[in-house]
Amino acid sequence: MSRHRLILNPIACEAHGMCAELLPERITLDEWGYPMVDDEPLPAALLGHARRAAAACPTFALLLERDRGRS
Amino acid sequence: MSHAFSTSDATTRMPEARPRAPEPALPGSLPRLLSGVPAAGDALGLDRHLDVHGTLPRERRRGRRSEHELIAQVERSGLRGRGGGAFPTGAKLRAVAARRGRPIVVVNAAEGEPASSKDRVLCELAPHLMLDGAVAAAHALGAREAIVGVCESSSAADTLARASAERGSADAVQIEISVVPRGYVAGQESALIAHLNGGPALPTFTPPLPFEQGVRRRPTLLSNAETFANIALIARHGADWFRALGTTEQPGSTLVTLSGPVAAPAVYEIEYGTSLRALIDAAGGLLAPVRAVLLGGYAGSFLDGALLSDLALSDAQLAPHGASLGAGVVALLSTDACPVAETARVARWMAAQSAGQCGPCSHGLPALAGAIAEIAGGVAADDAGERVRALGRIVRRRGACSHPDGAVRLLLSALEVFGEEFSDHARHGPCERCAVGAELPLPARQVARASSRSNERAAARSRGLSRERARAATR
Repeated sequence: MSRHRLILNPIACEAHGMCAELLPERITLDEWGYPMVDDEPLPAALLGHARRAAAACPTFALLLERDRGRS
Repeated sequence: MSHAFSTSDATTRMPEARPRAPEPALPGSLPRLLSGVPAAGDALGLDRHLDVHGTLPRERRRGRRSEHELIAQVERSGLRGRGGGAFPTGAKLRAVAARRGRPIVVVNAAEGEPASSKDRVLCELAPHLMLDGAVAAAHALGAREAIVGVCESSSAADTLARASAERGSADAVQIEISVVPRGYVAGQESALIAHLNGGPALPTFTPPLPFEQGVRRRPTLLSNAETFANIALIARHGADWFRALGTTEQPGSTLVTLSGPVAAPAVYEIEYGTSLRALIDAAGGLLAPVRAVLLGGYAGSFLDGALLSDLALSDAQLAPHGASLGAGVVALLSTDACPVAETARVARWMAAQSAGQCGPCSHGLPALAGAIAEIAGGVAADDAGERVRALGRIVRRRGACSHPDGAVRLLLSALEVFGEEFSDHARHGPCERCAVGAELPLPARQVARASSRSNERAAARSRGLSRERARAATR
């Protein structure tokens, strides 16, 4: 398990949906096209995909954060 | 309400002449927050306020901010925030004190909840107690500014401005009154910070939290108006005095806004743990049977009226019923009203109060309101109840603020408590009580306007416009 997790800024998100295509393991889209993001720590195997998903967001709404020890 | 009061005479304001804890402040007695407030009329002027409460002691700080005596007292008092979150105030004070840089104190008196008027009442009747709390907290934290955010629709801004002028510069804390635009989410704390920083009064994405970076990116102590009034009492009388009322988990007294079929709907000061029956008795008793109790406001939950005699007003005692006091809203719904029509109105209003910033909220709440309206009108599909629950699961915890969560909590509790009425409406359409006027307090004009706007928006969306264009088209 890596110490990274995905965080979504719902104000910035405009439902482009790229993230769900790049990381379907952790992100699905709701009926309006907005991502539903699993915020559990990411397994190391998904870290690269998560990075690409965050980088692909046109509005920088998807953030990959290093866990700061919060529960 | 008029605000005539005599300007105070400097000689009657001599602090030495006043006892620190005058007689009315006996530990186990009420009122505390509303002490000395006249039954009808004007704000407690500074002189009268000092007669009732005594002067605010000012402990010199030795050493670091976090070692200030007031912070220790507030921590020991067990005071919890009165804006709805019930966060321990001592912990918040300590968190602000631990930050670097000079903090700013912000009093949230914006009160966007239409079923609540306790902050307005507190500001209009006992402005000095609340200001004392802000000043005491500012002294403890080394802050030099205290800002009071108050809603534009209330006359409290004038009262507070006069109260602040009355105090002069004796506090060594600059008090500023800031008028916040009307709106349900404008009273949300990140929205208030955004407004005070010169932006629109809309929730923002957190972190940072106010104690980390608030007004002008300074560490900011932001608490509810009633919380500050309690800080003023604790500064005078100490933690043990404070704990003489209330429950172990929720010590002290609190203001509740009681509405519905009682002889005297109003704001009351109660001890935490008081039975709902006792509150209703204080309000002159019931005028009609009660179908349900709305606790905590429109982000709270409905409880069945059959529970009325079992309910005690503290969060720990309400938790087994899935409810909490929130910001102290107790709204009784009589059996004369149609609970389905009431729920549909509240759902529509909550949807209209979405700031429209987060997709799941701006789409989800109108969808929820639409689904409930369909049930109320008897035109829903068979699985409409399940649709409401599914939407609830989709919307919950997906906004920047907790507005969608609150709306979902309320609507799901309505579905549960009014299950029979909902299935009756789903099968047979509107009942005869549907035509009766609304009982739950909502700003009437806003509802009409908001619903026509959100309907247009929904229509625009179904014509294939994007969210942004739909919004622009209906502005």
